[in-house]
Amino acid sequence: MIPTPIGNATPHATGFWRRYIFSADHKVIGIQYYLTAMAMALVAGALALLMRIQLTWPGIRLSWLGKLFPAGMPGGVMTPEFYLSLITMHGTLMVFFVISLALVSGFGNYLIPIQIGARDMAYPFLNMLSFWLVVPACLIMLGSFFVEGGAAAAGWTAYPPLSALPQAVPGSGWGQTLWLLAMALFIVSFTMGGLNYVTTILNLRTKGMSMMRLPLTVWTLFFAAVLGLLTFPALTAAAIMLLFDRHFGTSFFVPGGLFVGGEIVPHEGGTPLLWQHLFWFLGHPEVYVLLLPAVGMTFDVLAAFTRKPVFGYRLVVISLIVLTALSVVVWGHHMFVSGMSPYLGEFFTIGTMLITVPSAVIGLCLIASLWGGCLRLTTPMLFAIGVIALFGTGGFGGIFLGNATSDIFLHGSYFVVGHFHFMIGGVTLFAMFAATYFWFPKMFGRSMNERLGRIHFWLSLIGFYGMFLGMHFLGLNGLPRRYYAFTQFEILKPLQGMHLWISISSFLFAAASFLFLFNFFWSLARGSRAARNPWEATTLEWTVRSPPPHGNWEAEPPQVHRWAYEYSAPDAARDFTPQTVEPDGAMAPK
Amino acid sequence: METVQTIERTEAFESPWAGGVSPFKTSWQKLMMWLFIIGDALLFAGFLAIYGFVRLASPSWPNRAEVFHLELIALMTTALISSGATMATAVEAARRGHWRMVVRFLLLTLAGGLAFLGMQAYEWSQFIAAGATLQSNPWGVPPFGASFFLITGFHGAHVSIGIVILLITAVRSATGRSRAGGLELAGLYWAFVDLVWVFIFPLFYLI
Repeated sequence: MIPTPIGNATPHATGFWRRYIFSADHKVIGIQYYLTAMAMALVAGALALLMRIQLTWPGIRLSWLGKLFPAGMPGGVMTPEFYLSLITMHGTLMVFFVISLALVSGFGNYLIPIQIGARDMAYPFLNMLSFWLVVPACLIMLGSFFVEGGAAAAGWTAYPPLSALPQAVPGSGWGQTLWLLAMALFIVSFTMGGLNYVTTILNLRTKGMSMMRLPLTVWTLFFAAVLGLLTFPALTAAAIMLLFDRHFGTSFFVPGGLFVGGEIVPHEGGTPLLWQHLFWFLGHPEVYVLLLPAVGMTFDVLAAFTRKPVFGYRLVVISLIVLTALSVVVWGHHMFVSGMSPYLGEFFTIGTMLITVPSAVIGLCLIASLWGGCLRLTTPMLFAIGVIALFGTGGFGGIFLGNATSDIFLHGSYFVVGHFHFMIGGVTLFAMFAATYFWFPKMFGRSMNERLGRIHFWLSLIGFYGMFLGMHFLGLNGLPRRYYAFTQFEILKPLQGMHLWISISSFLFAAASFLFLFNFFWSLARGSRAARNPWEATTLEWTVRSPPPHGNWEAEPPQVHRWAYEYSAPDAARDFTPQTVEPDGAMAPK
Repeated sequence: METVQTIERTEAFESPWAGGVSPFKTSWQKLMMWLFIIGDALLFAGFLAIYGFVRLASPSWPNRAEVFHLELIALMTTALISSGATMATAVEAARRGHWRMVVRFLLLTLAGGLAFLGMQAYEWSQFIAAGATLQSNPWGVPPFGASFFLITGFHGAHVSIGIVILLITAVRSATGRSRAGGLELAGLYWAFVDLVWVFIFPLFYLI
């Protein structure tokens, strides 16, 4: 099928285009994904800041933005419909085009082959194709701001009938159609990536790399890919039907007798509840698609900077299996107030309580990995510890939301917003930063600046807790989600001070992120040269040059003789033993 | 046997699946095809689940015996399932290296697939002539027509893609550029398309 001169890698291309743009090398593709995610993060972050400004100073006039969005911000004052577009696009971009692209696609592509001792992915061409499907998806998403009616405004969950009827809200015109189109491209791309990940991890491991010797990063990416493959089809089916509802007059999700703008809608026979079930069948596992790799990378960073094996490797793998299985039967806890039968709600409550068990096991293993370690508080380590903190704090909020009884009070309030930002915003983002500082020397052959990194960490941590812990309190006080201004409500006026506090925290976080960007690009050009194994880590990627050559290993691919976390072994000469080191005669394999 | 033992001694150092000795000892191409099929099957599962949901939520559902020509559907089903059998024969012939036989059975498979598509087109044209559209139909609730066209259409699209794959495979086999592994992949896809119909057929036409 594909010429395979060395293992699975395609022949080394020499021209600029084949080498850096249309490359089939997993490392180039990984970096391409990462940079794309970074660009999308700038946009998604800017949208969040716009929302914060609007909520703190409702009706503020930003005349220069009025020129960019003449319909959404006439004269620089935001319309309520435009605010809905902002929340929709911020959520969609962050979940699918920032976190997913950077963690799962970016680091996944970069790390999977090199950590299992493969020369490339199983099917490099498919890998390239999956990246080049995401690029138009990004452009379509961004372009949807500038079509008539503006970007989609039905929330990242795209609930019908708001998303199904073009006349329901301006963003439900072209914006929603483009949203569905971009999501379709993204799903196809993600499926291709998932096929590659699972196949590569199962079939292309090097000699001696048994499943129980895999680094946890690979394990978690494996389960993320499996979950994506199992649950995205449900959303695909639903999205196709939503497109039919919108453009071909079917009524899968639109009930009869609906009035919009004083006119009766010609649809009949559908039910919006169906969409909610299908969406959350993907939507809930998607949380784990993002969370699991974040946790896996955190484990790898922790091991390198505590100089001891991760705690409970086997326990973590078992928990991951249980978590993956349970995550597809708890989607209903997003729908407790949808009018579902209380018995069904009880089923989903029990499922959610069950899934806290493997989650708690993983969280405790993260904490216990620190126990008795010889801590090296480098920037990646600080961020890894930050992940543990956020995982714990966010997890506690989840217990309240997973219970139907307390959820009915908290549902649709800022408590939910605070909670999910801790989990799919904080844990993943902090893990992404940890991974970036950790693998940057390997990816680019230079190290990032430690001093800037530490400042970045402390500002981010303070900013993050300021924002989202504050939102928890707002929610407990009954502040509802998705309102574009709260000044009209006498009862909510005392909370305006908290809005100011959250906005200041968000500016702090944004400033810290710019510090990170500066550090990233400055280090790319001026950072100190990195050695092959600057962190004295054990896994396979540290046995090759930084940055690794095409095909990863110049001569023979490596042979693996031990598990991924051989730190501070009693009789070893150094406090780390790479996976490739052959055992002494006495410890020879049976 | 000799080689397998050598591989196991040298490659699998200790534990299960070490050193690319995969769980199913299968090529990555085949593994990837299986994974794709699982994903695509779940897509159809999604559609059929939606269909079930919509149907249960509807106050009434048209009487299948009045709406469908079950004789035609039986013929369609026979054509598609038979083409599955001829495809399996072609795959086995490729494994034995009988490439003339491969081409012959691929052409038979193509005939079966095309017959199925032709009859489906006829069925669709009958429906449309009777006034059925995506929005409404003369027999009952609107979701009936919508889910009929969407799901059989989606399956028909899969059959059409399969026919393109079979055509390419047939040409490549006739000119000696195919390998047994490639034929097996095409065979897997075609069997999957058959299997999906085995679910659509009873769920739509019988119950």
